[in-house]
Amino acid sequence: MTLMEIHEPGETPLPHAGEGSLGVGIDLGTTNSVVAIAREGKPAALHDETGKAMVPSVVGYPSSGGVLVGDEARLLVASEPRNVVASVKRLMGRGAADLHAVAGVLPYEIEPGTGETDMVKLRIAGKARSPVEISAEILRALRTRAEAALEKPVERAVITVPAYFDDAARTATRDAARVAGLEVLRLVNEPTAAALAYGLDKGSEGLYAVYDLGGGTFDFSLLRLEKGVFQVLATGGDTALGGDDFDRAIAERMLAERKKDGLAGEVDESAVKSALALARHMKEQLSDRDQTSGRLELGGVPSFHALTRPEFEAMIADPVRRTLDIARHVLGDAGMTAPDVQGVVLVGGSTRLPLVRAEVARMIGKPPLTDIDPDEVVALGAALQAEALTGGSDTLLLDVTPLSLGLETMGGIVEKVVPRNTPIPAQLAQEFTTYQDGQTAMAIHVVQGEREMVADCRSLARFELLGIPPMTAGAARIRVSFAVDADGLLTVAAEERTTGVQQRIEVKPSYGLSHDDMADMLYDSLDNAEADMTARLLTEARVEAKRNLLALEAALAKDGALLDAAERVALDEGRARVEAAMAGEDRDGINAAAEALETLSKPFAERRMDRGIREALAGKSMDELETRVGE
Amino acid sequence: MDHFARLGLPAALDLEPASLDKAYFALQRQWHPDRFVAKPAAERARASTEAAALNDAYRTLKDPLNRAVYLAELNGVELPGDGKTIDDPDLLMEAMETREELQEAVSPQAVDALAAKARDTMKAGLASLASLFLAGDKPAIRKALLRLRYLDKFAEEARARRTNLERSGT
Repeated sequence: MTLMEIHEPGETPLPHAGEGSLGVGIDLGTTNSVVAIAREGKPAALHDETGKAMVPSVVGYPSSGGVLVGDEARLLVASEPRNVVASVKRLMGRGAADLHAVAGVLPYEIEPGTGETDMVKLRIAGKARSPVEISAEILRALRTRAEAALEKPVERAVITVPAYFDDAARTATRDAARVAGLEVLRLVNEPTAAALAYGLDKGSEGLYAVYDLGGGTFDFSLLRLEKGVFQVLATGGDTALGGDDFDRAIAERMLAERKKDGLAGEVDESAVKSALALARHMKEQLSDRDQTSGRLELGGVPSFHALTRPEFEAMIADPVRRTLDIARHVLGDAGMTAPDVQGVVLVGGSTRLPLVRAEVARMIGKPPLTDIDPDEVVALGAALQAEALTGGSDTLLLDVTPLSLGLETMGGIVEKVVPRNTPIPAQLAQEFTTYQDGQTAMAIHVVQGEREMVADCRSLARFELLGIPPMTAGAARIRVSFAVDADGLLTVAAEERTTGVQQRIEVKPSYGLSHDDMADMLYDSLDNAEADMTARLLTEARVEAKRNLLALEAALAKDGALLDAAERVALDEGRARVEAAMAGEDRDGINAAAEALETLSKPFAERRMDRGIREALAGKSMDELETRVGE
Repeated sequence: MDHFARLGLPAALDLEPASLDKAYFALQRQWHPDRFVAKPAAERARASTEAAALNDAYRTLKDPLNRAVYLAELNGVELPGDGKTIDDPDLLMEAMETREELQEAVSPQAVDALAAKARDTMKAGLASLASLFLAGDKPAIRKALLRLRYLDKFAEEARARRTNLERSGT
């Protein structure tokens, strides 16, 4: 399948448009999923017979046949662990190249031969299954639940995605919905949906923040609410950060304590799983009390572990501080400071931790808003948006691009075309030119990320603009247009403006940007902003020097006769000095050598110009002479 | 259509943020793709293009510096592309000095002080643009805008440096 879907903005097929079927809101989570419906602006999560709203995002393929989703699938783990898939969201839109990132997290067998040019497939119960198919099973189960609860067919849905999901993952999510027989009304970013749930409920106005700390991911978004308008000002996050890290910290401590006490028991995969399960339980208990203890039995050898809340909080202080760093940076992106924020919405199970609540409150200077269940709030917001899109409403949702989109230019520098936090839909273009005389093709490399160098960003697509008429370097005008639609999906087109050679993007296999990579890349950009700038300036100096060298070489080839031997030697020495400087890392050295060469070649340039003028005049008199002769 | 006309606003340097928001929100209510979910494909495509153009206009006019640059270009002032070499010797000198100060600033407070100074200079520079536009003095507008653009970039660099200092400090 194609990972980046190409279509005219706004031309997404919509077969059932206008019909009266119900639109639901779905939070398709990594760990749990929730479906909700809104009626007359009042959203409600849909529960099962036992009153549970959350469906574990787990799919089982029992050897007896059929498909199980949720708690039933979880039960299958005991008897058929290899036939159960959890956390499939981490694989959406991902190829083999991304798998190292999740190795160890997902102990599944990869279908041989897949994932090279396509999204990776898993081999489960003897059959190759794509993440799209597996996600579709979860969506189908949610759809069935909704139809049972509403006693009506459900064919349309707003589905939420992490703000940092890239094109491939967004497209995969939309495809999964189609497989499940759901038409996607809109993909909405999770933090935005959460704000929607709070905003309409409260009729709030002003600047609001959404602090979303889930099992494995952190997102922070800043929104302005005004008379039914939800305007996302900036968003940021980190996905290598979440409640799973806290569990791991506790588990590691327990395993270390066992080792210190000289307790036997090999630490294998199942030992780690048991330790993690106990750790999670202890973590949850510490939200309500000051201390807890647990009994861990590995290989028949029990051990007892006590943990106080202050100890636990010391263990997680660093990651919590990191979330606050990111939050401050997002505030800076929007040109705001913490006191400007009127309220902060908490989303995700990890925001139940008292330390998280206290730290967020301290930073913003106000107690966070917690009156909507943090596990349901995203689905409730999605339901409100589904109602708005099917039934019409005065609410207006204005979202932004989470990461910058750009192109590779000479020397591996990224030229940003759509900066992060640009409101969507967006259609922006930039002009580029040829680098060499007579150049007839230009490689277009689309990248996503905040860093200055291509090597540090994620490659989204490559294509080539062919048929550029041969011109001198710098004469062609190549316009590259980026269109990001309201679902956050990108289309790229390139056109040579002087002759109108146009070409829409041809997408080569793209594995899609991993959720973790995106956050890492954004975070890296903060760490590396200075080094990046230096690297960029150096590369720019090299490119500029090279351009001048090429121009001079072309001139020498054409008009070298205008120079005497000594002058030629001096120029060649100057050229050699520039080339030597370019090989080094000293930007000022390159610029100095290039400037020296320019001064040196000035008389040559002037002579060429004079000759050009003389030739023009001479040609004219010849013409006139010939005309006279002909008379 | 220029960005001012698209939002139904006078092409002026001074723009009340509230009136810009008001015009933008009203037009987005009309054109945002969310309003066209059930409409035929051609109408949806048009809405997407209109909404994108509104976003572009809004983003350009919202920031005072971007707005000034845009207005100057509308008035025929030619500015070099972003990130090109500085061709004003005074500015070059100023840039070298302030960059050096930034490199030497080793505490977040020192960086903040430099950023605050740059912001104040920017504020004053933006305020003095009005009279230059009124006089139609294109070379002076160009010079002033290039300086403001530099200061803006400097403030961004200061922010990056501050983030680094804080991170290495904690």
